[in-house]
Amino acid sequence: MLTFANLTKTYAGGGAAALSQVDLAVQAGEIAAIVGGSGCGKTTLLRLTAGLDQASSGFIEIDGDRVTAPHPAIGIVFQEPRLLPWLTVRDNVAFGLGDQPRAARRQRADEALERVGLAGYGDRWPRELSGGQQQRVAIARALAPRPKALLLDEPFSALDAFTRASLHDHLLALWEESRPTVVIVTHDVEEAVTLGDRIIVMQPRPGRIYEEIPVDLPRPRDRMSPNFDAAKRRVLKALDNSLNPQHPPGQTAPAGGALWW
Amino acid sequence: MTVQASTARAVADMESVAPQDADGRARVARALAGRIGGVWLVGVILPVLLAAGWELAVAGGFANGRLMPPPSQIWGELVRLAATGELWTHLLTTLWRVLAGFAIGAIAGTLAGLLTGASGLARQALDPTIQALRAIPSIAWVPLFILWLGIFEASKVALIAVGVFFPVYLGVMGAIGSIDRKLVEVGRVFRLGRLQMATRVLLPAVLPEWVISLRSGLGLGFMFVVAAEFMGASEGLGYLLVDGQQLGKPAQILAAIITFAILGKLCDQALVLATRPLLAWRDTVRARL
Ligand SMILES: Nc1ncnc2c1ncn2[C@@H]1O[C@H](COP(=O)(O)OP(=O)(O)OP(=O)(O)O)[C@@H](O)[C@H]1O
Ligand SMILES: [Mg+2]
Repeated sequence: MLTFANLTKTYAGGGAAALSQVDLAVQAGEIAAIVGGSGCGKTTLLRLTAGLDQASSGFIEIDGDRVTAPHPAIGIVFQEPRLLPWLTVRDNVAFGLGDQPRAARRQRADEALERVGLAGYGDRWPRELSGGQQQRVAIARALAPRPKALLLDEPFSALDAFTRASLHDHLLALWEESRPTVVIVTHDVEEAVTLGDRIIVMQPRPGRIYEEIPVDLPRPRDRMSPNFDAAKRRVLKALDNSLNPQHPPGQTAPAGGALWW
Repeated sequence: MTVQASTARAVADMESVAPQDADGRARVARALAGRIGGVWLVGVILPVLLAAGWELAVAGGFANGRLMPPPSQIWGELVRLAATGELWTHLLTTLWRVLAGFAIGAIAGTLAGLLTGASGLARQALDPTIQALRAIPSIAWVPLFILWLGIFEASKVALIAVGVFFPVYLGVMGAIGSIDRKLVEVGRVFRLGRLQMATRVLLPAVLPEWVISLRSGLGLGFMFVVAAEFMGASEGLGYLLVDGQQLGKPAQILAAIITFAILGKLCDQALVLATRPLLAWRDTVRARL
């Protein structure tokens, strides 16, 4: 379980808190999708969780273990693939497996590549892959050490809708295998509803949680179903309200009046 | 074997190993262009024309060629020097000096650059001094080096090392300063220690700029070896230059200059070839040409 307790982050010299008193618990194996307007602290939240920055106050725990520096049980996929250009695809995937013998590293990397549908690409240079393939390599790299929690910061935002949809399927298939806890930040409400067990809507200035919306739809989710649509509309409504200072944080009235599914 | 046959053979060779995609085909095409090798010939046209023109002018009596001997005379001089073995003695002496100075300067420059690039404290403490030393024209060190190290090899190698040091130092320091923070974060996420971070992220990231700085360092090394050999040497290509001037033998001077040019180019090429496997990953225009 990934726990955020009273988490606050104020950047040096920055006015309002980037994150203010965030309390959140993501259950083991849960997929939490975070949406929210620009600058509401989504990236900040992930960077703190990845141990790349320090919280100003409050704390993060993974299974009771405080996160103050990069933690072996937490993997992250950034918005850009961030592959090391001087390593082959295979060596990139094996980058986080430094403690293992060479043969085991290679085997784990090839397995991970196969799982993201890139078997046979191991000997290529990153520059020889498309953007979507590179992002899949980044996911394989984050998953290769088998983290308990996987963080993704708008991982698919640079990709076209078709590639994105196929990567959603890939990601869900990977998640099915080992059921890591997933926190994914996205700008795309459809993506959030496709992937998330729960959608966390955030609000800027200061960055905080505005509303949590559970998505109780069975997987695989049918993007055309009325329930999917209703969930999407509810998230959109909450997003709208979160950016409108008149609405205090809290439950948004169910969209369309009646119960929303 | 005819050209066509060997070309076809080359295509077949490469097709059997190259991937079937467009990238693979582009690689084959590039390799072919290299094999047929028409491109570099274009660059040779101008010097060949100039040389031939001068040769004809002297042969036809339009110019006397005493101060600027025609190519045939320079070639004759080169052959003579090579036959007596003088050329090789001088060439090897110069080469040894350059390589020794280059090795010392490059190692020192790399280490100093790594230090000041990686540590803010070291940069604040050392960089101002090094920059001040850099402002001194390196030739100005010569009298001091001769006093300190004597007139023989040590002072010459020291001068070359000084010349090589600065471009390498600046290149490495600058390269470290401009490493992408995003890649360093990848290293941090996977909890690399200081040493691992240096060997697995920082060093590979600065490699391309390091090679460039080594190349400019080597170029300067050749510049400074001439200066060093002007100050009293009894051997070396620089000595051939001075000797040719004092005895009024322009053909010898030009022969030495040409040897310098060829030697410098070969050394640069050797450096490029030696470092190429380290840089195969780059996604640059040059790498794809
Ligand atoms: N390194 C930094 N130094 C100072 N302020 C920062 C820094 N990084 C982010 N901020 C500020 O913190 C706030 C939250 O930024 P953050 O990047 O977390 O937003 P975000 O929700 O990820 O936005 P987006 O959707 O645009 O990516 C912003 O107001 C931003 O200006
Ligand atoms: Mg962001």
